[in-house]
Amino acid sequence: MAVDAAKAEILGRVRKAVGASKAGSAAEMVRAEWEGLARGYQRAARLEEGTVIDLLEERLKDYDARVFRVNESEVAATVAARLVARGKRRIVIPAGLPGSWVPSGFAFVVDAGMTVAELDGFDGVMTGATVAIAETGTVVLQNVAGQGRRAATLVPDYHLCVVRVKDVVETVPQAMDRLSARAEIATTFVSGPSATADIEMTRIKGVHGPRSLDVILVV
Amino acid sequence: MSGVALDPRTAPTFPMAARAAMADTQLRKNVRHATDVIQAKRARVVGEMPDWQALREAGKQIRQHTMKHLDYYLEEFERNCTKAGGVVHWARDGAEARRIIVELVKASGSDEVIKIKSMTTEEIQLNTALEAAGIHPYETDLAELIIQLGEDQPSHIVVPALHKNRQQIREIFMRAMNLPELGERPQDLADAARMFLREKFLRVKTGVSGANFLIAETGGVCVVESEGNGRMCLTLPETLITVAGIDKVLPRFADLEVMLQLLPRSATGERMNPYNSIWTGVDQLDGPKAFHVVLMDNARTEVLADEEGRQTLNCIRCGACQNACPVYRQTGGHAYGSVYAGPIGAILTPQLQQMQHAQTLPYASSLCGACYEVCPVKINIPEVLIHLRNKVVDDAGMTVESLAMKTMGMIFRSERRFRAAQRLGRMAETPLVRKDGRGEGWISWLPGLLGGWTQVRDLQAMPAETFREWFEKR
Repeated sequence: MAVDAAKAEILGRVRKAVGASKAGSAAEMVRAEWEGLARGYQRAARLEEGTVIDLLEERLKDYDARVFRVNESEVAATVAARLVARGKRRIVIPAGLPGSWVPSGFAFVVDAGMTVAELDGFDGVMTGATVAIAETGTVVLQNVAGQGRRAATLVPDYHLCVVRVKDVVETVPQAMDRLSARAEIATTFVSGPSATADIEMTRIKGVHGPRSLDVILVV
Repeated sequence: MSGVALDPRTAPTFPMAARAAMADTQLRKNVRHATDVIQAKRARVVGEMPDWQALREAGKQIRQHTMKHLDYYLEEFERNCTKAGGVVHWARDGAEARRIIVELVKASGSDEVIKIKSMTTEEIQLNTALEAAGIHPYETDLAELIIQLGEDQPSHIVVPALHKNRQQIREIFMRAMNLPELGERPQDLADAARMFLREKFLRVKTGVSGANFLIAETGGVCVVESEGNGRMCLTLPETLITVAGIDKVLPRFADLEVMLQLLPRSATGERMNPYNSIWTGVDQLDGPKAFHVVLMDNARTEVLADEEGRQTLNCIRCGACQNACPVYRQTGGHAYGSVYAGPIGAILTPQLQQMQHAQTLPYASSLCGACYEVCPVKINIPEVLIHLRNKVVDDAGMTVESLAMKTMGMIFRSERRFRAAQRLGRMAETPLVRKDGRGEGWISWLPGLLGGWTQVRDLQAMPAETFREWFEKR
């Protein structure tokens, strides 16, 4: 088969190039070598927990996200206030989002495999998050209960993300550690609203993804 | 600049193209402004990382390790991607990659595709091949859209339209999008792009992307972007075709913890770019139902085979070397005659395109080392440039210059020949020497090529007696 011929030829060229003499022990050898790579960079947190939350808030705001720090019992009221302030009514939510976060008086609809056109008819989307990275001002979404599939957080023009403080880490390596248990699930890092600097390096907020992002931090 | 693709086989040499670019003051102003802004942003966010040098070292070691075991990691990626429902294809060169992609698009039943910015697809001139097969590609990255609608060519790895200013972009959009009225604020232009592309995102059933990283351990793919156009192309179509150079593989998921710190800060001067997508194979309930990865060699194994040039493959395409390069900052990207411009282009292009097609690029540098300094994976670009200059000279064979150098070498190796040459020199220069008031001899005109030297300065005549001759007489 032609495809296999291409594969064999490319791998043959690679082996010739690196002068590989691979035996059955290759896997262990490669693994040992990978484990020996220098990793002198910061992996653990440097800051205390309270300061980490401050840093996350500062970095999120730096990316034009709005941030609100509330108690668990105040989430629904804060959501309602944000939707009124933004003039949003029809909101899509993933299955598994805590019911206590959802205020009454708005049209919240659970995404059960909507078409793209249907998603396009919503004013916004509300989700939780798997982890948030303070150092970079990032919330990380995965296709799990309460966060849902990728299209739902992409097509509507407004994203309201609720993050629990226990899910906030300081550094990127800490976040990757938490994600690695389920690394194969579709994962999206979101750092502020969609943006571009393609025109004269001027940062413009909002191109194709949600043009505004609100983050509610639940302390 | 026309819509003719940047192709090192047909492009003018760097010195010729650079001369034209230098005469375009608007272009130079645009490039200078953009590279100044990115450099300042990069310096700020790199400065806030006390462990930056340790991250660079880790990045370098991860990439080196990957290249050393590339066959192992490629097979691991293929195995895991296939297990997760993806289909892996192998392409020996650009032509094979184009053929595979065109067939896959046709099989998906679509005659149009939405595309994420991808230097790999630029490298193989995929759009031309798609159009020839009756398939319309829509570029969806704002800068790539500007390039496509303006029938232009990319001039930077990360910000391909950085050579255009807002007025020029406005004109392109008004013409190509048929907009009688359009503001010239960047926000107006971005809004126009959103309107123009929205309908295509929601309609087109096939997407084509590049990849920033292929994760061998999981079979996953990572794409880093800003606008959300990438997420649209990766998520909404029914079929997704990802084309990646075989150099894009990373050993493990955990290695992203290094790359996702190095890349955004180096590329756009952001702590994290707005969106990173990581997906693995096919998820029936989330995203495309069919997913193909085309792993392309296209001379990367030739680079791998050259021990001194191999580090070029460590590149993660951040563009920091372009922004820092005093040559690129004057000429912009088009002068390099290749989609890979700047310092990284000066070493990548000659290696990917066989030396004879890019003879002058290894000389498009003052070897100042600014590129090495900012490289997130510590590619020693000046070292590779010198290595490639050696190859250019070796490949050139016998020239007037090499003959002259050989002769000099022969003279310098023997005392007898050296002394004879000195005597001969004194004799030969006699008709050219003019004495000044103090009796010193000066030469103010030399014939032929040597004349370049005397155009702006005089050459002192050789002394009547050398130091050795004087010393021996004592």
